[in-house]
Amino acid sequence: MSGDVSAVLAKHQHDPTRLVQILRDLMAAQRHLTPQDLTAIAKGLALPRGRVEGVAGFYSFFATEPRGAYRVLFSDSITDRMAGSVELRQRLLDAFHLRLGEVSRDGLLSVDVTSCTGLCDQGPAMLVNGVAIPRLTHARIGAISALIRASSPMEWWPENLFSIHSHIERRDQVLSTPFERGEAVRAAIRRGPDGTLEELQRSGLRGRGGAGFSTATKWTACRGAEGRARFLVCNADEGEPGTFKDRVLLADHLELVLDGMTVAGHTVGAKKGFLYLRGEYPFLVQPILAALEERRHERWLGSEIAGVPGFDFDIELHVGAGAYVCGEESALIESLEGKRGIPRNRPPYPVTHGYLGQPTVVNNVETLAKCALIASHGAEFFKLRGTAKSTGTKLLSVSGDVARPGIYEYGFGVPVSQVLADAGAERTQAVQVGGPSGTLLSRSELGRRIAFEDVPSAGALIVFDESRSILDVVESFAAFFAHESCGFCTPCRVGTTLAAQMMGRLCHGRGTRRDVKDLARVARQMRATSHCGLGSSAGNPVLHALEKFRPSFDKALASHEVVPSFDLDEALAPAREVTGREDEGAHLTEEAT
Amino acid sequence: MAPEKKKLRVATASLAGCFGCHMSLLDLDERILELLKHIEFDRSPITDIKTCGPCDLGILEGGVCNAENVHVLREFRKQCKTLVAMGACAVNGGLPAQRNHLDVRDCLQDVYLVGVGVSRGFIPNDPELPLPLDRVHPLHDVVKIDYFLPGCPPSADAIWQFLTDLLAGRTPHLGHGLIHYD
Repeated sequence: MSGDVSAVLAKHQHDPTRLVQILRDLMAAQRHLTPQDLTAIAKGLALPRGRVEGVAGFYSFFATEPRGAYRVLFSDSITDRMAGSVELRQRLLDAFHLRLGEVSRDGLLSVDVTSCTGLCDQGPAMLVNGVAIPRLTHARIGAISALIRASSPMEWWPENLFSIHSHIERRDQVLSTPFERGEAVRAAIRRGPDGTLEELQRSGLRGRGGAGFSTATKWTACRGAEGRARFLVCNADEGEPGTFKDRVLLADHLELVLDGMTVAGHTVGAKKGFLYLRGEYPFLVQPILAALEERRHERWLGSEIAGVPGFDFDIELHVGAGAYVCGEESALIESLEGKRGIPRNRPPYPVTHGYLGQPTVVNNVETLAKCALIASHGAEFFKLRGTAKSTGTKLLSVSGDVARPGIYEYGFGVPVSQVLADAGAERTQAVQVGGPSGTLLSRSELGRRIAFEDVPSAGALIVFDESRSILDVVESFAAFFAHESCGFCTPCRVGTTLAAQMMGRLCHGRGTRRDVKDLARVARQMRATSHCGLGSSAGNPVLHALEKFRPSFDKALASHEVVPSFDLDEALAPAREVTGREDEGAHLTEEAT
Repeated sequence: MAPEKKKLRVATASLAGCFGCHMSLLDLDERILELLKHIEFDRSPITDIKTCGPCDLGILEGGVCNAENVHVLREFRKQCKTLVAMGACAVNGGLPAQRNHLDVRDCLQDVYLVGVGVSRGFIPNDPELPLPLDRVHPLHDVVKIDYFLPGCPPSADAIWQFLTDLLAGRTPHLGHGLIHYD
C-alpha cells in the first residue's frame, strides 16, 4: 500500500461512508487513482473492489488514468460559451499543441471541459487542479500558460487570479437584515421545537431548491419518524447551470446558514448535520471549516449548545466531486454514504429513510438561511414579502446578456421583466428560468412572475439577447444532460445522448425533419418514463424551444428531404489514407433522398 | 373471372449484416408459399438478381459499413416505394458498429500489416474492393427509412406479421411477444 493511501485512510478512520472524501484527498495528493490505490482502498475499507472502482468512475473529478500535472477543466456552461470560453480554450490548447482531453507528452498539462462551475456571473471560468479561476481573458490565459510552462507551484500563482466576487446587486430581507451568530439558535431555544415548528408553519416557507415543498411539513414528518438517530443535510450542491446564489450565501452570509442548520437540528432532534458542498467551490472550504471551529469554540456547536442540556448538534462538511445528479436529495444521501450518486426509489422519502436509513431532513442552503431569519424575526416579518402562496423573498442568480450579472433578491411575485430591467438587459430574446431543467421564456412571456404559482425556480435566470442562436442554447443544455445522466435508467441514459446528437446535427446543418420529430418524441419519453427528476426534466429545453422557437428549428434544416447525417466522403478519408487509393470508387458524393 | 391481383414486387439485400435476418425470413417455412401468392422477388439473395428494378417494397438487413453499402442503399431507396430497415444492425448499426470506437486505420494496419502471423503484408488497395467508412452507421443516417423492424434477428413470426400487415394495408404493428431485446 502506498504511503498516501494508508495516510488518507487513517485520516478518515477507515470509514466506508467517507469514500468520496477519501478519493478526493487522494486525487489532491497524486492527481490520479491507480488500480493499486483502488485495491488498497477496497481492502482498507472492507468494501468490494467494484464498489470503489464504481465510485471512482462515477464522479467527474476523479481520474483513473494519468492526467497532466496541471489538470485544466474549462467550465462549459452556455454562459461561459457566450463569454468566449471556446476561443480561450483553443488558445490554451494551441499554446501547448494539445487536443482536448489529451495529456501533453511531458505530462505537464491536460485540458478538458466540465459542467457549469457556478461562476456564471464572472465567466468564462476554469478549474486548475480543482481550484477555480474566474473572468478568463486572453491576457489571463497568456499568464496561466506561462505559469504552467514554468511549472510554477500553484501556491505561487498571483492571488488575484483566484479571487471570486460576490456581485450582490439587489438586497432585500435576507441580504440586508443584520444578523449575529447564534441569534436564531437562541430564539429557537426560547420557543422550543414545537414553537419553532409553529412559527415555520405560519411563515408558509417553501423549499428554495426549486420544488417548493413546505419546510414545516418536512421537519414535522422527520421529527415524528421512528429511527435510531435523525440527520440534517444542507444541500449546497448547486449544480444547475446558471445558479450561484448558494455560493454567495455561503461566502457572505455563512452565519445565517449555519444558524439555520442548528435551528433545524434543534427542532427535528438531529444530533448531526452535514453540509454537502459542491466540489466546484473549494474556495469555500477553509472559511466554512474555520467558522465551524469558531462555533464549536463558542459552544454554538457540540454538546450542550448555549448551555442547554441535551441540545447536542455538530456539523460535518462533505465536499462533492463533480456530479450534477447529487443535487437530487436521495442521490446526495447516497453520495454522503460514500456511494455512486444514483437516486433512490421514492417513497420511502428521506424524512423517514434517509442517511443510513434514518429520518433525514434535506434542505437547500437558501431555505435554511430563511429558517434562521424566521426563527429570529418571526413569521409575520417573513410574510411581509412575497405572495400568498409563495411567501418571503427569493435570491435570483442572473447571468448571460445583462449589463450587471449577479445576485438579486426580490419578494416572490416579481415579474421577469423587472429583473431584466434592473440587471440592464437589452434586446432580450429569451430567458431560461431555473436552469436547463426549468422553463424557457420567450419575449412575449416576460411579464410572468417568479413564484411557485407561476414560474417556479431555484433562482437562475440566464438571459439571451437577439444575437444568440436558440439552437446553440438548447444544444448546450442537451449536451449537459447527456454528460450528467447517472446512467442508471435507460430512458435517461439513452434519451439524453440521442437528444444531444440530434441537436448537434441540427446545429451543424445536418438535421432533418425526422430529427425534429424524433427530438420531441425522445423528450416526451424521457419525461414520462425516467427514474428521477434529472431524466424527467432533461427534455424540457427541447420541448420548450420546439413550442416557442419552432421557426429556428425549421430554418436550420438542411433540406426538406433526408440528407445523410454525416459527411460520407469524409468518412472514407481514413481508409483512403492507409490504402493510398484515389480512384472513383474511393469517393462518395452527397445525395438527398 | 376477376383479373388476377397484381403481385407486390419486393427486393431484399444484406449490407453490413450476417444474413441472419434473411435466415429468419426463410424460417417462414411453408408460409413462404402463401407469401409468394402475393409477392414476387426482384433483387434478392433468393433470386440472385444483382440489380434492383422498380419495386413496391425494399427490405434491407445490416448497417452501412462501406462505400458499396452506400451505393446499394441508395439504389434501393431510388427503386423502392417503401423501404424497411430489418434487424438490429440496420436499425442501430448492431454488432459491426462495435468497431466504432476504434480507428479504422489501426484496424486495417493490425489485420494486414502488423498482426500476429502476418509477414510481408500490405493493405489491399484494389479499386474493386469497397473502402470501409470510418464508422458503421444505421440505414437512416444515410437515406429516409419508412419502417423499422427490430430484432436480432426479428423472428419469422414478426416478419410474417409485418409483411401481412403491410400487404393488407394496415400500419404494421408488432404486438406482444414479437419484439425481443434479450
